[in-house]
Amino acid sequence: MSEEIIKTNIEADGVKQGRRDFLKNVGIASAAALVASPASVEASAGSANPDAGITVAESLQGHFVLMSDQEKKTAIERLEKRYTAQYGKKTTVSDVPAPKGVLFGYALNISKCIGCRRCVHACVQENNQSRDNPEIQWIQVMKIPKGNFSFAADKLDTGYPKSSKLGDYGVQVGGNAYTAVGGLSPEEVQNYYPQDEAVPDKNYFYVPVQCQQCEKPPCVKACPVRATFRDPNGVVVIDYNWCIGCRMCQLACPYGARRFNWGEPNIPPEEMNPKTHYFGNRPRMRGVMEKCTFCLQRTREGRNPACLEACPVGARKFGNLLDPTSDVRKIIATKKVFRFKEEMSTYPKFFYFIG
Amino acid sequence: MGKILSFAVDFGSYAIKGGPKYKAWLYFLLSIILVGSYTAYRQLTEGLILVGATDQIPMELFFANFIFTAHVAAAAILVVAPGYFYHRKDMKELAVIGEIIAMCFVATGITFILFHMGRPDRLWHILPGIGYPNFPNSMLVYDTIVLNVYLYLNLAGISYILYKKYVGEFDTKALARWFTPVIYLAIVWGPLIHICTAFVLSSNARMSEWATAVLPFGFLSMAGASGPSLVVLLFLFIRKHTKVPVNDSVINLMTAIIGWSLGIIILVFASEYFTALYSNTEHAASLNYSMFGHNGLNMYVPWFWGTVGSIVACFVAILIPKVRKSYDLWLPVVCTVIFLTILVEKPMMLVFPAFSPSPFGEYTEYHPTLIEYFNVLFTWAIGFITLTLMTKGAVGILAGEVRYHKTMAST
Repeated sequence: MSEEIIKTNIEADGVKQGRRDFLKNVGIASAAALVASPASVEASAGSANPDAGITVAESLQGHFVLMSDQEKKTAIERLEKRYTAQYGKKTTVSDVPAPKGVLFGYALNISKCIGCRRCVHACVQENNQSRDNPEIQWIQVMKIPKGNFSFAADKLDTGYPKSSKLGDYGVQVGGNAYTAVGGLSPEEVQNYYPQDEAVPDKNYFYVPVQCQQCEKPPCVKACPVRATFRDPNGVVVIDYNWCIGCRMCQLACPYGARRFNWGEPNIPPEEMNPKTHYFGNRPRMRGVMEKCTFCLQRTREGRNPACLEACPVGARKFGNLLDPTSDVRKIIATKKVFRFKEEMSTYPKFFYFIG
Repeated sequence: MGKILSFAVDFGSYAIKGGPKYKAWLYFLLSIILVGSYTAYRQLTEGLILVGATDQIPMELFFANFIFTAHVAAAAILVVAPGYFYHRKDMKELAVIGEIIAMCFVATGITFILFHMGRPDRLWHILPGIGYPNFPNSMLVYDTIVLNVYLYLNLAGISYILYKKYVGEFDTKALARWFTPVIYLAIVWGPLIHICTAFVLSSNARMSEWATAVLPFGFLSMAGASGPSLVVLLFLFIRKHTKVPVNDSVINLMTAIIGWSLGIIILVFASEYFTALYSNTEHAASLNYSMFGHNGLNMYVPWFWGTVGSIVACFVAILIPKVRKSYDLWLPVVCTVIFLTILVEKPMMLVFPAFSPSPFGEYTEYHPTLIEYFNVLFTWAIGFITLTLMTKGAVGILAGEVRYHKTMAST
């Protein structure tokens, strides 16, 4: 494997390589071989194995936010070089800072959502999630039954306590109890309906859930190394090179929004999105957490998130919560808006609305 | 310098000396470690995909076992405290054994956490100075601090006592000046590691089964039951097979602590279950799942009732004087059952069922993989081999069989 890495390193650097540089590369490559796993041995450089070829310099880098500008530049170049070699195409890792005076917010119309899950797949494509065994998806669509058809007249007088010799003082638990009514209650929810199922099923409604970008995120509080934090735009981001994989954030998140790279992530090079951001969609490594970032590689440049662009019914709206003319602000002002699991006091900037 | 070297050599050579049964025990643990090093290597190189954890149940057997090791480690102060707080002569000599248990179990717990981490190579990120610990927000930072301090406090205490006894300079008056404060700190620190571990769990509002104020109390009472059980087993063994004297009064005190602790566990469980089940809201969903299953998923049901039944049965048993005084048969049996019950309670009652329902209402069962089992055994084997060797060496020093000889050190 070492030779292959050396080769790709040289190719990536161009042909002008002196003997000294070559020796340096040998050092880096053999160190990389030490760091890299045997699982990645079969996967040669040039294929899609993000863990292969992590250099010692990369594994010793500090927290990105605390780096000097020069260190940031070096780290970015290092990553670009590694990704370019691994996926065989020119990859850019941007570190465009958060735009000033912007608080990102999202609004989702649950009466329009048809449960097609195009957003889920667009997200996977855009954000370079692992594709196979398992495919990591940042958006989960809950399929919730509408109404309740099991209320019955013959159960009106049944229930507990039953009438007895001691007297009948009324039924305290009616016979129509214990039957959940459709709603945002997680009971009766189906999360894994088949991909080829015809949607929308008229007996169900659909609620996509992704990171709610809380203003008071419990995950950030739980992280022992501040690898995850709230950026100035209100988006909760992760430094994938700083995360230690303890999964405390996953325990803390009431929305199940965080996904862990249990194994080596895999992305076919031809499907890999080469336009990446350091805190956004750059390929992750094994053993770190990842989650929705409102596609910050797009939104920091003024574009819309990929899930919004993929939605065929226009259920998704995105914008600046500080701008009174933005879609999200208009929706909050005029529609019936609610936040998911408000009782958790996380103050999400992801709003669901009806109508 | 020569004294310290000969201490290490004598301690080590006495620790590995023993009869065929002792050797067999050591080789048994070594063989587990040998197999385990392969599975550990696999996990460290291929990632946590090899264990049974998923995004629905992100905590594995390692995490559950870690909580148990914290139980036993914290409880070891119950051996140290009577000697130093109440000046019980019969306990003071044995305090060092308690500290050895504490140290070995904290070390085992930290090893479990290494297996739990997704990126063990990045653990330095939590160190102040070179890393960036999320102090004072993250409970895991507190837990890391208290566990490590406890480990080194005990390590210092053990090496000091044993070394001084070895060279024959064990002077209680000189000791009192600086060493007793260290021991007092260790005694206070014991419950602290436990309370912090409980807070790591109960600080997660979304884990409705954990987010309860009684969790630290439950943990401490389970510590009081499982730790002294191991201590009783160890003391009974030491007294049968070595020259170190262990009075009946010591065993009786430990048994009393176990009995009280089991009673408190029952109270804690009862108040927890009453509070959850009377109103039976959504927050009781995981408890209902543990108790009765959900739509045919009922893997945890027998474990739940088995654990509860076992705790009640052991409580009743240990109230019977005949059982308490049966040092050769019933007491060891009851202690073993308590130890195993609390060990099994951690994954099957506390950790795994708490993740159902998930935030989306999913109900899941946890199925550990073979590699996970082997890594758990590997970690336990390391813990027990350390415990065995340390205890054996300490017994040699306490019994006076290992002593410093000037002639040996003069070389």
